Amino acid sequence: MLGYIMRRIAVSIVVLFLATILVFILVAESGNPLAILRANPHIPRATILAREKLLHLNDPLWQRYWIWFSHAIRGDFGTTIAGLPVEPQLISHLLVTLRMVILATLISIVLAIAVGVYAALRQGHLADHTATVTNFLFLAAPTFVIGLLLKEFVAIPLDEHANTTIFYTSGDQSPTLTGSFIQRVPDYAAHTALPVITLILVTYSSWAIYQRASILETLNSDHVRLARSKGLAPRRVLLRHILRNALIPVTTVIALDFAAILGGAIVTEIVFGWQGLGQWYLQGVTTLDTNITLAYLLVTATFVILFNLLADIIYAYLDPRIRYD
Amino acid sequence: MTEIPGLSPGEERLRIGTTEAGMHTIPSVGPADPRSAPDSSGLAEESRGQLATVVWRFIHSPMAITGLAIFAFLAISSLLVGAFWHYSYTAITNTLNAPPSWSHPMGTNAIGGDLFAQVMHGTLQDIEIALTVAVVATSLGTLIGATAGFYRGKTDTLLMRFVDLILVIPVLAILIVLANKVSKESSDWFYLALIIGLVSWTYVARLVRADFLSLRERDFVEASRALGATNRRIIVRHMLPNAFGPIIVNATITVALSIVLESTLSFLGLGIQPPNVSLGLLVDQGQDSATTEWWLFVFPVIFLVILILSIFFIGDGLREALDPRKSRVRA
Repeated sequence: MLGYIMRRIAVSIVVLFLATILVFILVAESGNPLAILRANPHIPRATILAREKLLHLNDPLWQRYWIWFSHAIRGDFGTTIAGLPVEPQLISHLLVTLRMVILATLISIVLAIAVGVYAALRQGHLADHTATVTNFLFLAAPTFVIGLLLKEFVAIPLDEHANTTIFYTSGDQSPTLTGSFIQRVPDYAAHTALPVITLILVTYSSWAIYQRASILETLNSDHVRLARSKGLAPRRVLLRHILRNALIPVTTVIALDFAAILGGAIVTEIVFGWQGLGQWYLQGVTTLDTNITLAYLLVTATFVILFNLLADIIYAYLDPRIRYD
Repeated sequence: MTEIPGLSPGEERLRIGTTEAGMHTIPSVGPADPRSAPDSSGLAEESRGQLATVVWRFIHSPMAITGLAIFAFLAISSLLVGAFWHYSYTAITNTLNAPPSWSHPMGTNAIGGDLFAQVMHGTLQDIEIALTVAVVATSLGTLIGATAGFYRGKTDTLLMRFVDLILVIPVLAILIVLANKVSKESSDWFYLALIIGLVSWTYVARLVRADFLSLRERDFVEASRALGATNRRIIVRHMLPNAFGPIIVNATITVALSIVLESTLSFLGLGIQPPNVSLGLLVDQGQDSATTEWWLFVFPVIFLVILILSIFFIGDGLREALDPRKSRVRA
């Protein structure tokens, strides 16, 4: 198993660095990040030339990439176009995004399994149809649509009705927030609720549809019929014989979707004005800041790889036939 | 069991007893099922071709046929509105921020644009982009997947590495970089469709590859090779038709997902650029006035969600209809 994990990490890292080359070229070729400064007649030409030299903008592409690569491999992500170090920004944005993504992923997994199992066991009944239609509705609605609907038609009317702020619709925390961690929790919660709900709704739906199909498939298998005919308690059949087997394909889907959750987080952060990684990345791309863009890619990819490894371990636990050698 | 048309009672019992036993959770359609009445003889089913069976199942699935009807209605009406409605989507009228009325069924925006014309044009634009993406992604994915699955070797390794890449970096993040570059070069929607197609082919490719890996070991492939068929002929005439079902289902899902991607990019300001409109762009423009000029936000949202939903329904119906496990005639 260890060998397998090592091989997978190695492959991912190689692929990842190839990706950074591609993205670097795409971003660097999109234009001059100092174009706005150049257009400003009040900035002396010498200043711009000095900045260009500092940012190595006139060096050949491969050389610029090498400068980034040789630093990044030692954990130094350089500075932004504005001249600030990337790393502190990266960490503060990462913490904001992780808060949202981890909560949303965990709740989505539980919700998807619950809805999927329930719908499958009640197949053809009203509950099943309701769940299926709801799942498809959330599957069809893009992230920004769900986010905006929650914000405009749930949170704002609710806040107006209650005459106090139950849900904050903008920002990841109040700017004036002070006090100990315990004192800050209510403020975090009021800010985090809507983005997390948005991310859950777009994430759980496809998993629930998949979970339902997977349970139905298992329900029809011989070993479940055998377990039933042995006279095992329905509860035991459900947990040990159906659920355990039905979770195997779902685990794969969840693991594969983790990158998509981080993609959804970009949109959610824009809708709710969070100072998270996704927002920072979008800003990095549009300002043609290669250091921000590449730092984002490395960090998100690392989390996706870690999450996938976790899924592999769970996978091996669920299905003892799987050997990673 | 509800999906099996034209079973006589005896056959149905036989089926439950043998192939798909244990389906007790599925409400079995009794012999009195009205749908089996028109051709209740099992022979009719037997003599029906594969394609006809699939079509029969598709049009008898309420969800699928609703989806198809809605999609067709949206596509045709957006074409008609584009051609005959007395306001163009770029027209600017003197009525500013007007709520829906007879002359402006969806109201007007802050500069006097007719929202009805814009929403319908946005719908058409989304459909155009989505179909282009589906064609690009499906042909590219099928080509690469088939080559990788059939020849294995370097193509296969290369494909799987690229898939690895798509798996570790959010598709949206890649698309943002591409769209940012493309939007600087051209505002043509076709380029937008191309780049969405470029990130959407991997799933089809993986699917076709997996199918081909198992198909190439099958007897009929060996038989045609023994008869002297060229690789090309084996792939095109024997293997591709066998992988056709999953490909077409996936193409449909790609249509729906590319609308999601396109509208997201447009919402972020990196997709369709004004004066052209797409539903995502309209939602973006309408979001600030969602509670005051509600029509600017609500209509694009409704059309966007219904459009995507209808395509998902079609895709799901196709998947059910093409599922060989549901087929009585052995494929």
